[in-house]
Amino acid sequence: MNDLLLLVLKRLGFGLLTLLVVSILIFFAVELLPGDVAEAVLGQGATPETVQAMRDQLGLDRPAVVRYLEWLGGAVTGDFGVSAVSGEPVINAIGDRFVNTLFLAAYAAVIAVPFAILLGIVVALLRNSVFDRVANVLTLTSISSPEFFLGYILILYLSVKLPLFPAIASLSSDMSLGELLHRTFLPALTLVLVVTAHMMRMTRAAIINLLASPYIEMARLKGVPPWKVIVRHALPNAWAPIINVVALNLAYLITGVVLVEVVFVYPGIGQALVDAVSKRDFPVVQASSLIFAATFILLNLAADVGAIITNPRLRHPK
Amino acid sequence: MGKFSDKDILLEIKDLQIQGYSDETWIDIIKGVDLTLHRGEVLGLIGESGAGKSTIGAAAMGYARDGTRISGGSIEFDSMELTTATEAERRALRGSRIAYVAQSAAASFNPAHKIIDQHTEAPVQYRIQKRMEAQEDAIELYERLRLPNPEEIGFRYPHQVSGGQLQRAMTAMAMSCRPDLIIFDEPTTALDVTTQIEVLAAIRDIVDQFNTAAIYITHDLAVVAQMADTIKVLLKGEEVEQASTEQMLKSPKEDYTKSLWAVRSFQRPQKKRPTDGTPPIISVKNIDAAYTGGVKVLDDVSFDVYPGMTVAVVGESGSGKSTTARCITGLLPPSAGEIQFKGETLPPRYTDRSKDQLRQAQMIYQMADTALNPKVQIHEIIGRPAQFYSGLKGGDLKQRVDELLDLIELEPSKYYNRYPPELSGGQKQRIGIARALAAEPEFIICDEVTSALDQLVAEGILKLLDRLQKELGLAYMFITHDLATVRAIADEVVVMQHGKVVDQGPKDEMFTPPHHPYTDLLLSSVPEMDPNWLTTLLEERGVDNVGEAADV
Repeated sequence: MNDLLLLVLKRLGFGLLTLLVVSILIFFAVELLPGDVAEAVLGQGATPETVQAMRDQLGLDRPAVVRYLEWLGGAVTGDFGVSAVSGEPVINAIGDRFVNTLFLAAYAAVIAVPFAILLGIVVALLRNSVFDRVANVLTLTSISSPEFFLGYILILYLSVKLPLFPAIASLSSDMSLGELLHRTFLPALTLVLVVTAHMMRMTRAAIINLLASPYIEMARLKGVPPWKVIVRHALPNAWAPIINVVALNLAYLITGVVLVEVVFVYPGIGQALVDAVSKRDFPVVQASSLIFAATFILLNLAADVGAIITNPRLRHPK
Repeated sequence: MGKFSDKDILLEIKDLQIQGYSDETWIDIIKGVDLTLHRGEVLGLIGESGAGKSTIGAAAMGYARDGTRISGGSIEFDSMELTTATEAERRALRGSRIAYVAQSAAASFNPAHKIIDQHTEAPVQYRIQKRMEAQEDAIELYERLRLPNPEEIGFRYPHQVSGGQLQRAMTAMAMSCRPDLIIFDEPTTALDVTTQIEVLAAIRDIVDQFNTAAIYITHDLAVVAQMADTIKVLLKGEEVEQASTEQMLKSPKEDYTKSLWAVRSFQRPQKKRPTDGTPPIISVKNIDAAYTGGVKVLDDVSFDVYPGMTVAVVGESGSGKSTTARCITGLLPPSAGEIQFKGETLPPRYTDRSKDQLRQAQMIYQMADTALNPKVQIHEIIGRPAQFYSGLKGGDLKQRVDELLDLIELEPSKYYNRYPPELSGGQKQRIGIARALAAEPEFIICDEVTSALDQLVAEGILKLLDRLQKELGLAYMFITHDLATVRAIADEVVVMQHGKVVDQGPKDEMFTPPHHPYTDLLLSSVPEMDPNWLTTLLEERGVDNVGEAADV
């Protein structure tokens, strides 16, 4: 068990190192832009005086390395500086929005992950049957359609024609959980439709890939019924690839949902990022990018650890 | 058949035909085989790979592997016709009345579950025993099969148990529902000779104790002679002949059977070391080696290979034979000691060696399947080393490849443009040999080159290697665990155990007593054709010592 802990710590260390490299990339990518932040923010109509005032305010005259270290030091303690547009601390601008995004992602994941894995097991059991084909075609269709299109279709049928759910997922702080879930159902469902296919197909492939193994044949020759061959003998050995795909999709649920947020006017971090980019609010862009990077790294780390934990050879060394 | 009467028939297969799906058509792989098995009888099925032994074994359970189908004939098990029974009826027989023991226990136990959980699966499912009873029964069976720590061993995961022990645990698992029939599909092929004995003894005992009928599938005649009452010889999906074991060994009728029996007769005269002061071509001097992790896998290994001679390196798996080869080729730099070529010290790392030094250490591998790139044409596989070491191009290169193909007795025009998957196992191994020869070495390492091949094919490869040695004056380091091969071709023998050389010398001395105790153990563990060999051996060693003997 100590080996496992050591391994996790080692991976965590590598994850932090990766994040550090990413933070350097994010910070200096902005530096590479022509002109500087002050000019970019203020645009063509700026007078030299206002530009200089902003430079002073942001401390842009000092060397980039110093500013990077300051920024990094702040970021570690949760202080991402102030927004170049509103003058408010960045954390106020995106903190709540990030929580909203996490909520929507969790909502979609709680439905999509069990559903996709269960469906994957069923289609592996009924492989090459009509059910298998239909399930594959439907999930592939949903993954191949653009998210905004899926979103509008759902609004058309579940909100306009049948007024079951609200088309706009705006939030207020005094909503009960039930109301919250009801209001955000359509964006969550859109996300479920987008991520299910990938996870289901990987579950199916990972299981079917193992069906030619000698131990599966052994199970069959022991008289084990087909469903048990899949669930008890194949699935426990198929977790590693499944977990990896689940992690990728979870990361997507957090970092790739901007279109869905726009369609449903959902106040998530994706929209905040797009707004910040169009307004050239670089501190917000940097902070959001760093949060996204951290999410990706953390989820991949979790997938690695999950794959290790589900491998009996690593869990029970000789 | 005397011993068994007709009313005790357990399994009767008539005119069995099985087809396999390949290249979009169904091809006959079993062409009308009959088989009768009585209660308590052990039938040995032997033949080369592709003879259809395993397919018949699976068919006896009413099971057709993926990509095959039972296309004709009848399989009657205890007056139940399996070819017309429903899948559910057939499944109800498997595990409960007919059990299966697979070739590789390491691959056939599910890595995700404890051994005992897999053992109790069938009896619990068939409601023969409650979970706890089944567990106690498992422990009792482990005890009978003389597994160490029977109380505890079942609670380990498969990867925590050695191959020979797993094979016995799998036999115990097959016994869990006390079946009427067990199919043993090459149960000892993947094991070392010393381990094989314990498994053979355990299987024979348990089959005797419960009076279980068995079909014992193997390609090893000496093994089947120990196990079977009756032997059936198969060739390409058809029966060659069947007789009681004794009769079959004494007077085989068919030419094919006789040829199988004759295989072990190939032997070439032994050569002596040169006495005129010629230095050894390769000299391994006191090398130690370790893989990452630090555990020493080689400890003070030394031996010499003289020009034109064959040195066989023998030992069980894990004894350091292949690691020594890796040190000689420079793939694994030794942590101490050195490798000399004609008296000149070679750099430990292959990256530091010159082309001329590299060409001297060529290898031929055990698995020709994995050692040849399946997407590269034969002429390229052989041509590349010729190009790399000798700088041949265009017409010269083509001529050299043709020469090499001639040397390995494959028609150049026919094989020049083909791909490895189109060749048989023996042909692939020949390509492996040609690739080693293309570098024009004086010394070749043969790593278990015949152990994945059928005996007749292996014999062909040995003869080819022998001819090449005579014609080209090659020296071989021949790594093997098969002492019959050593007898056939070696001049000198090096015995390794736990990373050390425990014994070495000229072959005739090594094979004449007195031996080093470990050499003796290895030699006496090689199955012989005599059907009483196992019984005699076990008596000599004392049954209880079998397990320990293997752990030497």
